Amino acid sequence: MHVNELLDPLLLSRWQFGLTTIYHFLFVPLTIGLVTCTAIFQTAWYRTAKPKYLQLTHFFGKIFLINFAMGVVTGIVQEFQFGMNWSNYSRFVGDIFGAPLALEGLLAFFLEATFIGLWIFGWDKLPKGLHLATIWIVSVGSILSAYFILAANAFMQNPVGYHLNPAKGRAELTDLWAVLTNKVALAAFPHTIFGCFMVSAGLIIAVAAWHLSRNQHLDTMRPALKFGLWLMIGAGIGTVLSGDQLGLAMVETQPMKMAAAEALYKTSTGADASFSIFTLGTPDGVHELFSIRIPYLLSFLSTHTLTGTVEGINDLQAQYTQLYGPGDYTPVIWVTYWAFRWMIGLGAAHILVALGGLWFTRKGRTPKPWMWKVAIWAMPLSLLAMIVGWIFTEMGRQPWIVFSLMKTADGVSPGTSGLEVLISLIAFTAIYGTLAVVEFKLIKKAAQRGPDDAAKHFDEAGEPIPVTTVY
Amino acid sequence: MDLAVLWFGIIAFFFVGYFVLDGFDFGVGMALPFLGRDDTDRRVMINTIGPIWDLNETWVIVGGAALFAAFPEWYATLFSGFYLALLLILLALIVRGVSFEYRHQRASARWKKSFDGMIVVGSAIPAFLWGVAFSNIVQGVALNAHHDYTGTLFDLLNGYALLGGLTTLLLFFTHGVVFVSLKTDGDLRLRARRLAIWSGLAAIVVAAVFLGWTAVAHFSPVFLALAILAAVALIASWIANLRGVEGWSFGFMAATIALAVVSLFAALFPDVMPSSPNPENSLTIANASSSQLTLTIMTWVAAIFLPLILVYQGFTYWIFRKRVTRAHIPEEPESAPESVTA
Repeated sequence: MHVNELLDPLLLSRWQFGLTTIYHFLFVPLTIGLVTCTAIFQTAWYRTAKPKYLQLTHFFGKIFLINFAMGVVTGIVQEFQFGMNWSNYSRFVGDIFGAPLALEGLLAFFLEATFIGLWIFGWDKLPKGLHLATIWIVSVGSILSAYFILAANAFMQNPVGYHLNPAKGRAELTDLWAVLTNKVALAAFPHTIFGCFMVSAGLIIAVAAWHLSRNQHLDTMRPALKFGLWLMIGAGIGTVLSGDQLGLAMVETQPMKMAAAEALYKTSTGADASFSIFTLGTPDGVHELFSIRIPYLLSFLSTHTLTGTVEGINDLQAQYTQLYGPGDYTPVIWVTYWAFRWMIGLGAAHILVALGGLWFTRKGRTPKPWMWKVAIWAMPLSLLAMIVGWIFTEMGRQPWIVFSLMKTADGVSPGTSGLEVLISLIAFTAIYGTLAVVEFKLIKKAAQRGPDDAAKHFDEAGEPIPVTTVY
Repeated sequence: MDLAVLWFGIIAFFFVGYFVLDGFDFGVGMALPFLGRDDTDRRVMINTIGPIWDLNETWVIVGGAALFAAFPEWYATLFSGFYLALLLILLALIVRGVSFEYRHQRASARWKKSFDGMIVVGSAIPAFLWGVAFSNIVQGVALNAHHDYTGTLFDLLNGYALLGGLTTLLLFFTHGVVFVSLKTDGDLRLRARRLAIWSGLAAIVVAAVFLGWTAVAHFSPVFLALAILAAVALIASWIANLRGVEGWSFGFMAATIALAVVSLFAALFPDVMPSSPNPENSLTIANASSSQLTLTIMTWVAAIFLPLILVYQGFTYWIFRKRVTRAHIPEEPESAPESVTA
């Protein structure tokens, strides 16, 4: 690679944004899902007073907290980065894009940050009911924040509720309600939240399986396993159904992305609009050598009919050239094609693991050792599925940063040099890499220690023992 | 009233909130090696900010988002222009934040010591660099016609800005030490009071030079009045500490920081990022702000939610109002199960 290319601020900024966002997103789904699961366990304890539920609350609460700190600090990077690396983008969309971010801060972040402190340190200071409320408020805050950031992202996929102000050279808000009820946001929100619950279910299943395979902590881990398995099934169904809706919205708003997901070069109708499970092609992706295909499926996914027409890349490229001027409007096809398949495949595999788990534990049966191993090693499947799903969503939008309005190349900070971005990219990579190792070890240790010591929070009479100090 | 001017005030309010609140977190972090004689002391100190540091830090996140929404041009110019300085602040905040969470996960002294070090550095860097950044904003930086910063990191490290950085560093340090005296008991509390005398003196001297310099460069009666009030509050805080009335000392210290931030915003007005040497390229409240519709909506949101936020944050501070003492620190809970899992 040539030195100039190595120091291209655009390329480096894209890598940095991708890297830091994926890294941040390692913690987000677990935060959103696990805090809600912890709240459910605490509610079960509040209503039944059974110690096992309190133990589960503390146990999964601790794993959640280790994860939460990383989510917070890597989240600050995300918010600063729009201005740092994408200042032209920020200038262009700030009038619209800034509002959901500010709403996220005012309505969600303060709630999360305040009530998480009350929950951690408040066991003996708040009445039981109010203390239970604090963890639910954190849960609501985290889900609200997901909504606002997805609404902001949806504007980039499908800009609505704006007009262009040529004097200022920017897009300006005309309808906040339209921005917040963007059809892409409405479909992406449940899809993402259900995905977060799949990730958490995967963790709960794996942790419970690890302990049960060692025949320990049976009274807590058996209900945890059952909870995790059913959560995975429920969230999995939700993810599939909402994903279907998101697909329809995508075909309507960004047909090029659907065409790129299938590497469909020619516009196809009915049986020809087939969906390929697997394809071998020439490296440029244009010529297909071998594939396994299901006829009608792409037509069904795109239009919910068997006779629908799905536009191909070639036609769309021609259309876009007419609309937006000369240029390449095709995303990187091999990335979108494979990311789309891996998203579906990994998610489906995790759901199958859960179905298998329910079958092999029915009526108190004990699974064989290899089955426990599968449940444990399946832990990251949903998380990986979400990550490749986002890679698909964002790479499939290229070359646009805001679809049809601004290209990614035009959004980068003009005053920031390649060297500066290279320094920050190296710094983030180094520090994030180190922290990932520490983080993984700490979560693993907390998970393997099991829930025993959690009972220490209450004395024999069931009254909370003062916890002034946690750190 | 002009909504853009109102939002200039609201942005100032967010930074007041951030520096007053996270300021003492930084101070507690920096003071760890000066006040913490042993691990128990240091744990007491960290636990005084345990339930609140996260919400304090959230003020800068929300402030940044509010800046983005209300003044996209200001946000874009500031964040891209001060790229490396902000990178350092981000890295420091990351390291500091995870260190609070990680240090108690293992009993080993070496483990804890390394995270203590990271808390100190992770607190000192932002405490210093925020001062550098704000001094540069007030002083004016080189902007081109597109409002992009054309200087380098080293242009930001000029004498005035370094003095500004030293001022915030000393103010936050003292703020944190006074907070420790307010929130702990016993020997630690007394040591904190003694340390606050000396760091307070240093802060008074440095802050006086900085405010004097600012007053000469950006004279306005409003700025001068606010700067004098800040100085008076700082001296009042110092005297209160001397007399051992920690609540007053902390309150006056908070007032000092708040007045200092407000005075800097007053010195800026009506610019938001003055350009020097080409004043025609300056970003102003008028040319950097969002559209009327966005500002109107944001005003309604802030009017409804800011009071609510203040109420529940106040509630949190009230819940955790008691002093933390050595008696609250349990014996190493980590050491026993360590051997089981090993």
